[in-house]
Amino acid sequence: MVAEATKEKSIYAEMLAALQGRLAGREASWTKRLREDAIERFEQLGFPTTFDEEWKYTNLAALAKQQFAPGFDSKHVELDRSALQPFAYKEAKGSQLVFVNGVYSPELSSVEALPQGVIAENLADALSGERAEVVREKLARYADYQENALVALNTAFVSEGAFLLIPRGVRVETPIHLLFLSAPQSSPTVSFPRVLIVAEARGEAILIESYASTEEGAYWTNAVVEVSLEDGARLEHYKVQRESTEAFHTATTQVELGASSSFDTTTITLGAELSRHNINVRMNARGAECRVDGLYMISTGQHTDTHSLIDHAEAYCSSRQLYKGILDGKSRAVFNGKVFVREGAMQTDAQQTNRNLLLSNEARVDTKPQLEIFADDVKCAHGATVGQLEEEELFYLISRGLRPDLAQNLLTYGFAEEVINKIRVESIKAELDEAVLNRLHAKL
Amino acid sequence: MALLEIRDLHASVDGNEILKGIALTINRGEVHAIMGPNGSGKSTLAKVLAGHPSYEVTGGEVIYEGKNLLELSPDERAREGVFLAFQYPVEVPGVSNAQFLRLAYNERQKHRGEEELDPLEFKDYLKERAKVVQMDSSFMSRSVNEGFSGGEKKRNEILQMAVLEPTLAVLDETDSGLDIDALRIVAEGVNQLRTEDNAIILVTHYQRLLNYIVPDFVHVLANGRIVREGGKELALELEEKGYDWIKNVGKAGASLAPQAG
Ligand SMILES: Nc1ncnc2c1ncn2[C@@H]1O[C@H](COP(=O)(O)OP(=O)(O)O)[C@@H](O)[C@H]1O
Ligand SMILES: [Mg+2]
Repeated sequence: MVAEATKEKSIYAEMLAALQGRLAGREASWTKRLREDAIERFEQLGFPTTFDEEWKYTNLAALAKQQFAPGFDSKHVELDRSALQPFAYKEAKGSQLVFVNGVYSPELSSVEALPQGVIAENLADALSGERAEVVREKLARYADYQENALVALNTAFVSEGAFLLIPRGVRVETPIHLLFLSAPQSSPTVSFPRVLIVAEARGEAILIESYASTEEGAYWTNAVVEVSLEDGARLEHYKVQRESTEAFHTATTQVELGASSSFDTTTITLGAELSRHNINVRMNARGAECRVDGLYMISTGQHTDTHSLIDHAEAYCSSRQLYKGILDGKSRAVFNGKVFVREGAMQTDAQQTNRNLLLSNEARVDTKPQLEIFADDVKCAHGATVGQLEEEELFYLISRGLRPDLAQNLLTYGFAEEVINKIRVESIKAELDEAVLNRLHAKL
Repeated sequence: MALLEIRDLHASVDGNEILKGIALTINRGEVHAIMGPNGSGKSTLAKVLAGHPSYEVTGGEVIYEGKNLLELSPDERAREGVFLAFQYPVEVPGVSNAQFLRLAYNERQKHRGEEELDPLEFKDYLKERAKVVQMDSSFMSRSVNEGFSGGEKKRNEILQMAVLEPTLAVLDETDSGLDIDALRIVAEGVNQLRTEDNAIILVTHYQRLLNYIVPDFVHVLANGRIVREGGKELALELEEKGYDWIKNVGKAGASLAPQAG
């Protein structure tokens, strides 16, 4: 006999009770309702399974089964600023918010370099502080927790994370760094980073969102980032995912673009045993543009999945997407890129490319670029490739005296450079150059 | 001792025999031109010398500086001083010219037991060498051959030759696709790189290049065989008569091949 209605509650309901206990009294009624709504939705949806079309190639069974402890309960991790060095960027010394196991660390954070009026603070503070109304207006507006269980779960635990407000017309030159650092505990923990970024009309900023771990270990990061760019605002965004190779990383980046706004994002995926990134950009007003790029570079034991949705909901918008993948050993990548051009979105200019380089016979890629056009007078192109290094390119390098392994590494590095080269924050670029070369065991 | 000695060389690609018994002796200080109609096997010979994996040597010998060249891997050949300027140089996205050349240069230096150069030192050296082909330094930071015009790619090949200073350079149709000014620059560059110790094989379809780089010997290849040999005047003769008269020479059944019987 199959039990139907008596679906067992997950460990997360209990975990939420613990969070609410900690927050007792300090919580607004709307966040309380939001949480309860979201956890209920999560319990209804449950973790996605591979029967779900959107999760066909990515199996969360191991994650669903794992008994995670809440990161907000983990014992205080002693970290000083020097321990932060390998994960920090010098450009953002005075503009970084640091989270350890999902919990904001005021001692490690600093926003002194940010101009007057720019808000960069722990979301938990924003929820209860003077900006609560702004947050309320935007939070959970874009990332839909009705359809996505992982977003629902994150929303249920909404608290720690970042709130960023770039006021009207303000241009912030200093990159702002959100560092989500995990310090693995004896038993695996889960953290729910939540980020809300609002750039008012013509506001401009550079944001780095990075995930790293102090050492190898098992844990789960389940993040949601919501970005709202108002008319003419610009955001240059970098996501650098270097979680432990024993970790799970699931994240949704949900972006809403106003008229003539510009969103330029690059996602670098090097870490995690299993990672899934949903990146959705809704171009909701005329003249918006986005560039959605990524590089994943994984090896034996790693699985990464990118699902992107570029939604041309209005006319005169342009999107460019370039995702490149390098797979070594027994690893697997999934790329699913949808571009929607909705009715009336004339003069849409959309391009999408996914290129994959397989360095081993055991690596596997499933790529599916999808273009759905419901408008006339549009310019759209998409394509995907999966291949090995070009024999003729290899021979060319070898014929100049390079040993075959060095030639291979150089070509692989060159493949990655197309994405890395566009990064305008020098120390991210340097970090990635080094990471790529380390992966290749090469010194150039 | 000859620098290079090719004896009865046979090579095939995908089971088709392209080179059908080539013999060639090249001494240090010499420039040899190899001419011949399209499809006669000139590039095949060049690539076999460089060790391209698509070409299978089915017979014969190649002795370079007293060593069996065919036993060396392509990268060893390069480090030993063999250089091929490709007819169609490939583009290598994401790898800068300077980065690539420094790696190649340092491999060579290491092999010779000489000092390697760090990026800054190499930059100076490269700037100096780029003068040989009058190449702008902006090309050094660009990806190898990416977005280069046909002529720029050819010049880049000669720049590589200038950097690596090979003992045996095989230039495969380096003149094709060059306008007259570029041809002069490339030819002058090659002439500057000529020494008593090295040798150059110029593979060309036209006589034009040979006005600028004067060869000591001219070999005419047709259907995988050398069908005529002579001094520089042979090139002029070819220029006058074209290749038509040669088309059938060397084909199976024609005078140079044994009659099937
Ligand atoms: N990689 C290859 N695969 C198949 N055929 C080839 C290949 N390379 C050369 N050939 C054939 O070998 C013959 C000689 O070609 P090639 O050496 O390029 O001539 P040339 O340089 O004198 O014009 C041609 O018939 C050509 O089609
Ligand atoms: Mg040729």
